Amino acid sequence: MDFERIREKLNILADAAKYDVSCASSGSDRANKNNGLGNASRMGICHSYTEDGRCISLLKILLTNHCIYDCAYCVTRRSNDVKRAAFKIQEVVDLTINFYRRNYIEGLFLSSGIFKNADYTMERLVSVAKKLREEENFNGYIHLKSIPGASDELMYEAGLYADRLSVNIEVPTISGLKLLAPDKKHEDFTKPMQKVKNEIIRYRSERKIIKNTPKYAPAGQSTQMIVGASGETDKDIMYSATYYYKVYLMRRVYYSGYVPVADDARLPAIGSQVPMLRENRLYQTDWLLRFYGFAVNEILNKEHPNLDMDVDPKLSWALRNLHLFPVDINYVEKALLARVPGIGMKSVNKILHARKFRKLNWEHLKKIGIAINRAKYFMVCDSRDWERRDLDADKIKGMILQSSMGKFRKQYSTQLALFN
Amino acid sequence: MKPSTTLIYDGSFNGFLTAVFVAFDEKINVADIQKNNEVQNGLFSETETIFTHLDKAKRVWNGIRNKSHNAISNVYFAFLSESEGVELMLYTYIQKLMASKNGKSLDYSDGIVLHISQLARKVGREKHRMEAFVRFQLTKDDVYFANIEPDFDVLPLISKHFRNRYADQQWLIYDVKRNYGIYYNLDHVEMVSLNLKDIYHNKIQKSKVMASEEYDYQTLWNDYFRSTHIKSRINPKLHRQHVPKRYWKYLSEKKQVV
Repeated sequence: MDFERIREKLNILADAAKYDVSCASSGSDRANKNNGLGNASRMGICHSYTEDGRCISLLKILLTNHCIYDCAYCVTRRSNDVKRAAFKIQEVVDLTINFYRRNYIEGLFLSSGIFKNADYTMERLVSVAKKLREEENFNGYIHLKSIPGASDELMYEAGLYADRLSVNIEVPTISGLKLLAPDKKHEDFTKPMQKVKNEIIRYRSERKIIKNTPKYAPAGQSTQMIVGASGETDKDIMYSATYYYKVYLMRRVYYSGYVPVADDARLPAIGSQVPMLRENRLYQTDWLLRFYGFAVNEILNKEHPNLDMDVDPKLSWALRNLHLFPVDINYVEKALLARVPGIGMKSVNKILHARKFRKLNWEHLKKIGIAINRAKYFMVCDSRDWERRDLDADKIKGMILQSSMGKFRKQYSTQLALFN
Repeated sequence: MKPSTTLIYDGSFNGFLTAVFVAFDEKINVADIQKNNEVQNGLFSETETIFTHLDKAKRVWNGIRNKSHNAISNVYFAFLSESEGVELMLYTYIQKLMASKNGKSLDYSDGIVLHISQLARKVGREKHRMEAFVRFQLTKDDVYFANIEPDFDVLPLISKHFRNRYADQQWLIYDVKRNYGIYYNLDHVEMVSLNLKDIYHNKIQKSKVMASEEYDYQTLWNDYFRSTHIKSRINPKLHRQHVPKRYWKYLSEKKQVV
């Protein structure tokens, strides 16, 4: 192995791949076959964390950063003057196996710039996965990027070897896509998604009849959207996320605050803040939709096209719906209990178990771990002590903000700073 | 009233379960359950030494498991936390569990139940961390070797994970703090204890016992680790939260910092 050469390539191609947010290794339960190497852990394992706090669980690299497209938001766009490199198929296989054996990673996340055309690139990606599975008897996690515009046959083959497939739609609105990536069509993104979705459904129904049907993309599909690059509202983003969850049965939609990488009039200038708080609020909304039983139009609608920056989306929903509160924690049904601000799903389950034994009071709830400073305005429990004042939404919000300290507070505080 | 008794067992999990069996069987009024190497006599209690008995332990294990699968894993995990006085707390927990009609539901408003489930959670977290933070180094005799120093005694919990995953390589994970390790010889996992002269954490100088390409891969991994940072989003506090500092010396990607 030519160590120095590999080292240089790895530096270039890992650097270019880091803007992909997804590093999930969960959702697949591929078992170890014939005493081979590796298996997939259903809950996923993060083997390390980057200094910006994101999980490192996969070896996330590009096969090459040569690209025929010129998308404004992308660091490997054709017109950008960066060092280019490309891995050989065997080099990627060796790196993956050796990192995996040392317990550095859960598997491989392989993406690529598009060279020649979509099919040529996709074929290369598939052959890496095929080699890992068939020659090395590797059963770890493989995440392949579906190249926009790749043919159905290749997408079918990809699903046979990979655990997860993803296409990044990047720009949530079609108008934004026209502006920022004029060479790409919206259909190029959705076609591979559609194919993979259909195959997953087909394999699932076959599995019901024949138990040893091979696995097809057991961890499903995911996608990613850039936030804050094309002036879209939170409503645009979440509505299109809901669309992808529903229509293409996405396992995850990722939101990535735009990191300025180019001097382009169409985009925020280099050096402008990454919208991390907004990204955080979008993820909170995503969780509310997936786990807490909220519908997207309850949180975002015509009157409220953007999320509140100073309070989380659940609290802001509760403040708009004060007529539903307060609820009695000892009697209320699960669906509404999950909607009380300051109570997460873990606490919901603990409360449901515990209240079979006795009525709960503040002491119990505190020990279970709910955020009482937020919850106390929206609930009563087995105690004579509860919020009796008839407070309006603004007042409650003010009191909650006063009694808490968020890490993003600096960014939206309206209070004047004494020293600047 | 019967006099209260302190039960003394050999420190193993089976020993503890036997003690629970004896306490139930002889209706002992238990003052405390202690390991035989850290006995502290009570002023008003007698002591009784328990000899580990596998059948008795098995009966307790099955008894708890039949009540609730959740409870048996809570008991085992909390026991491995090695926290002070956990035995008596577990005994009370088991008493409560056995007295309840329906073991499925857990009364989280009860202090002991909540505490045990929180302890079990801590141990579970450490187990998960060890599955993530073990860094194997390839030695010259083809064994993938790793040192660890976990807060709790999690080796028995992680052995299955590593056996299932690395079925085609020999590996050895050694707990430096508790002085024993688990070794997989391509067939089964066994407990070993070594006379380690050197702890192989990520030192800059290279050790002769490691294979020659080992340090190349460590360098590559280091490079990879550094190139994943996005400078404009750096957040050291969050980073330390996910990868607490006490693990750094065994993580090869943290070589520069340590």
